[in-house]
Amino acid sequence: MSPNSILGEFKTYRPPVMDVSEEGDELLEVAMGPHHPSTHGVFRMDVALDGERVVKLKPVFGYLHRNHEKIAEKASYLASMPYTDRLDYFCSLTNNWAYAIAVEKLAGFEVPERAEYIRVITAELTRVQNHASAIGFLLQEMGASGTPLMYAFREREKILDLFEELTGSRMMCNYMRFGGCRVELPAGWLAKVSTIVDGLPRFIDETEALLTSNEILMARSQGVGVLKPDLAVNAGITGPMLRATGVNYDIRKVDHYGIYDRFSFRVPLGDHGDIYDRYMIRVLEMRESVGILKQALRDIPASGPIIDPKSKPRGFRPKPGEAYGRIEAPKGELGFYLISDGTGNPYRYRVRPPSLINLTVLEDMCLGQNVADVVLIFGSVDIVLGEVDR
Amino acid sequence: MLGEGMLKGLAETAKNFAGSFVSKERMTTVEYPEERIAPIENTRDFPILIYDGNDPLAGLRCVACQICEKECPPKCIYIVKSTDKKPDFVGKPQIYPARFDIDISVCMSCQICVEVCPFEAIKMDTEFELSTTDRFGGLLYDRNQLSKSNEYYNRIHPTEAAEVDARLAEEKAKAEAKAKAAAEAAAAKAAAAAAAPKEAPAAPAAPKPVPAKEPGA
Repeated sequence: MSPNSILGEFKTYRPPVMDVSEEGDELLEVAMGPHHPSTHGVFRMDVALDGERVVKLKPVFGYLHRNHEKIAEKASYLASMPYTDRLDYFCSLTNNWAYAIAVEKLAGFEVPERAEYIRVITAELTRVQNHASAIGFLLQEMGASGTPLMYAFREREKILDLFEELTGSRMMCNYMRFGGCRVELPAGWLAKVSTIVDGLPRFIDETEALLTSNEILMARSQGVGVLKPDLAVNAGITGPMLRATGVNYDIRKVDHYGIYDRFSFRVPLGDHGDIYDRYMIRVLEMRESVGILKQALRDIPASGPIIDPKSKPRGFRPKPGEAYGRIEAPKGELGFYLISDGTGNPYRYRVRPPSLINLTVLEDMCLGQNVADVVLIFGSVDIVLGEVDR
Repeated sequence: MLGEGMLKGLAETAKNFAGSFVSKERMTTVEYPEERIAPIENTRDFPILIYDGNDPLAGLRCVACQICEKECPPKCIYIVKSTDKKPDFVGKPQIYPARFDIDISVCMSCQICVEVCPFEAIKMDTEFELSTTDRFGGLLYDRNQLSKSNEYYNRIHPTEAAEVDARLAEEKAKAEAKAKAAAEAAAAKAAAAAAAPKEAPAAPAAPKPVPAKEPGA
C-alpha cells in the first residue's frame, strides 16, 4: 500500500455531519461522550438521530490509549505483568492469568497443581465481582440510581479485601507469575474465602429478588438491543454477550485451560440476545462460579509448591517462537499473542481485548432504537475503557 | 400482577435499610477520618528502604546494585552509587547509594523492585495519607525520606518481616562461620607460610573497582 492510498483513506473520512433521513427530515447529530456519565470512562458515540430514533452510530475511542503493546515490546516479560492489571482494571487477576499462560507456552514452564487451584479460585472470585458490578452499572444507567450498584459494591468490597490480603493490592493485584503464583496464601485465607463464598448465594438471591421480576427493568430491557447469533459469531463476539444470543461457547469448556476440566459446571445460554438475557446470563454465571469455587476450595491441595522451580522472575530468554494464551475472562475471550526472538523482551506483543471486539456490534444493536436505550445497550456490553484503548 | 416484582424489590431494600440500624453486617461503611478499618497486613503502596539498627545511613541494607532501577517497569527509581564503601550487616565492605530517589507520582506500586532485590533492602510501605501541595518536589522521595527502620517494617508486615529476619540471621551466621573458617585457614596458611615462605597468600576477595559507566548520569 503506497502512502498516497493511506492519505486517501484519511481524506475520505469525514465525521458524521447533519444529514437528512429518507423522509427528508433533518437529522440531529449528538456526540454522546467522551465526558458522559454513562460511558464508563472516556468513550464517544457520534449518534445521528431522526427524532428519538437512532439512524447512525459511530463509536470513537482512543481517549485512554496508553501504548501498552509497544511499551511491552521494550520491557522485559516480567515488567509487562503489572501493566496487564491496568487493561481491564476490574479483573486484574484474569488479565494476569492470560498473560502468564502465553508466556508459559512460550517458555515451556509447568504450573504446579496448587498454583492452578489458586488461579481458579482468584479468577472465579474476579468473575463474581465483575458480573456483580456490571449488573450494578447497568441498573445505574437504567435509572436505579445507586441501590443495585451499592449492593453489588458491598459484595465486591469483601472480595477485594480477600485480594488485598493475598496480593497486597485491591485492584492492581500483579499476582500471577510465569509458572505459578507470586506468594503463598496467608494463614487462614482459604477459610475466609469459604465464608464469603458461602454468603454469595444469599447476595445473588437478593439481587434477583430486587431485579429479576422488576417490571421497569423488564419493560426497558426485553427486546431491546437484540443481537443475532450469526452476526455475533461473525463479529467475533465472546463472553456473556455471545452466550446471551444462544451460542454455546465458553473457553473454559472449549479450551480446558488450567484445570477447568476437573470442575463440573454449566454454561448458561440465552434465547433472545437482548439486554435482559445478558443480565440473566451474568446472574447465572455468578451462580456457576460459586459452584466452581466450592469445588476448588474442597479439592485444593493443602501444601505443595506454588511456582515452577525452573522459572525465575528476571533475566529469562524464551526460545524464538510464538504463543497465544487465552482464557475466558469475565468479559469474553482475553488473549495475549507473543512472538519471541530469543531476547529478554517480546518481539511482538498483542492483546486481544474482549471489550473492544464486543463493541464492534454496537451500531447494529442500536440502529432503530431510542436514544435513551443506547445508554442501556452500551451498558449491557460491559466494557472497561482501559482494555478498549490499551 | 403488575407491580409485584417492584414490591418484592422494595421489600428487599426496606430490609436492608431497617437492617442497617441493627445489623453490623448490613452497615458496611465507616466514617473515614474519625473511624478507621484495621489495615490488612499484606497491603502495599510505595517502596521504602530498610535499615538495621539506629543509624539510617550506617545500617542501610541497600548496596546500590541497581537491579531495581533496571527492572522497575515505569522507571521511577534513580540511584547514584557511592565512591566509598561501608560495612553491611555481615561486616563486608559494600557500596551504598549516594543518592536513591523514587518519584512516587510515577511509581505504580507493583512491588517488582521488592521481588528482584537480593538484599532484602527495599520493601513496601503501608502509609497511604501522602497528599501534598507540592506536586513535583513533594512527591520525589530521597534516600532520607525513604529510609525506614527494621522495627517499623516489623510493625507493618509482621509475618513477612519475621521471615526476612530469620533468613538474614541465617545468612549472617553462615557468613560469620565462613569468616571464622577463612580466618582459621588464613592463620594456618600463615603458619605454613612462615614455615616455608614462597608466595603471598591468596588475597581474600580483592575489592572490585567501581564500574566506570554511570547510568543516568
